[in-house]
Amino acid sequence: MIEIKDLHKKFGKNEVLKGIDLSIGEGGIFSILGPNGSGKTTLIKAILGMVIPDSGEILFNGESLKNNFKYRDKIDYLPQIANFPGNLKVSELIEMIKDLRATKATHDEALIDLFKLQPFLNKRLVNLSGGTKQKVNLVLTFMFDSPLIILDEPTSGLDPISHLRLKNLIFAEKEKGKTILVTSHILSFVEEIADEIVFLLEGKIYFKGSITELKTKTEQPDFEHAIASILSASYA
Amino acid sequence: MLKILKYSFYDLMRSRWSYVYFLFYLLLGIVLLFLNNDLSKAVITLMNVIIILVPLIGTIFGVMYYYNSREFTELLLAQPIKRSSIFLGQYFGVATSLAMSLIIGLGLPFAFYGIFNSSAIWDFSLLLITGGFLTFIFTALAFVIALSNENKIKGFGYAILLWLFMAVIYDGLFLMSLLYFEDYPLDKFSLFATMLNPVDLSRVLILLKLDISALLGYTGAVFQQFFGTSFGVILSFVMLVCWVVIPTFFIWRIAKWKDF
Repeated sequence: MIEIKDLHKKFGKNEVLKGIDLSIGEGGIFSILGPNGSGKTTLIKAILGMVIPDSGEILFNGESLKNNFKYRDKIDYLPQIANFPGNLKVSELIEMIKDLRATKATHDEALIDLFKLQPFLNKRLVNLSGGTKQKVNLVLTFMFDSPLIILDEPTSGLDPISHLRLKNLIFAEKEKGKTILVTSHILSFVEEIADEIVFLLEGKIYFKGSITELKTKTEQPDFEHAIASILSASYA
Repeated sequence: MLKILKYSFYDLMRSRWSYVYFLFYLLLGIVLLFLNNDLSKAVITLMNVIIILVPLIGTIFGVMYYYNSREFTELLLAQPIKRSSIFLGQYFGVATSLAMSLIIGLGLPFAFYGIFNSSAIWDFSLLLITGGFLTFIFTALAFVIALSNENKIKGFGYAILLWLFMAVIYDGLFLMSLLYFEDYPLDKFSLFATMLNPVDLSRVLILLKLDISALLGYTGAVFQQFFGTSFGVILSFVMLVCWVVIPTFFIWRIAKWKDF
């Protein structure tokens, strides 16, 4: 589904991506991990066309992303920080995003129900708490039926029940055969959902494979220690 | 692009600042009419206010809107929308709503006072048209500055400097160069220098239309000869259009290559 070839990106003198080669197939949950500043968000934003790479190529279903914007119709993206135009009401924001996208198949009502957002629909977005904003953000992301879903820190600010609902939602989407890319620092969450992990370290892919493979490679009994061993090896 | 324009426009129409701006012009119009009791004089006073204030508000609003809607812009960038549509849509949304506050805010009191039956209607329309142009010009410049500066404080600083330069410093330099080179023929130079600054250009256009160019002395005569002709007027408007089009082109270009 996504084919990334020798991707480089610098911000000023700071070289964030140093030659990423990555191929993501159709279906399944892929988790992008890595310490702060390892280039996770930059990689995701490059796939979304928000960051323009210095060199290298990204293909989405065989098509290059350069000067292309229509392919984003096939991606649902959950940004890390949810901030919306404050003067809009929740319901208006949902209508607006629907209006902006060509695909009309939406499950917004089911999602509003799931996250119990009805009492907030007529409130302005400035007056919402961080967690509620994140729920609105989730509704905006999951209401379309796109084959690729990209979630950047989806759990931030969510209460335990919503967290659980989110997890079920992700599994349900996976059942439909969708590809889901997730970044998260919460390892237990990743361990539970991810089929495959991609570990970024200093702008390069350090490891790609299943969690079991990672455990074998690092000779650690559990996922947390496996990650910790990579990090301590790299910082040492 | 039209969809983005529509939403930016709605968003702004609901913000408190649009109302403050609108009410300010409404009050200004009413007060001036009461104090002057004369449409032509009110138009002259208004000109002085508009020439300075419209660029200032355009610049500040443009920069503020861009920085405030950054996260929202990121949300839009992830949607299947062309980049240029997002930024041009936002720009036209801001500029249109500001221009509307100006035109309706000033238009209402003057309309009630009876501007439509007065001979000052053309002067007043010209005032609103140049005010509209100045809004579009300075909002575009503000967007260019904001797009090229990640740092808000820097962006605001440059925007204010730009306004200060165009509205105040440019005139000072202009005047100084006129004094310094007074032994040389300066009519071409002063025409040219006026053309290059949209604030000066608007001022001269309105002053000449008001037929008080005699106040401008010798230069007034030169200006009248040039700007009084239809060629001069057309050229001035072409210049104003250029001042809108060129920064808009830069918005488009910078937006195309920017990382978010």
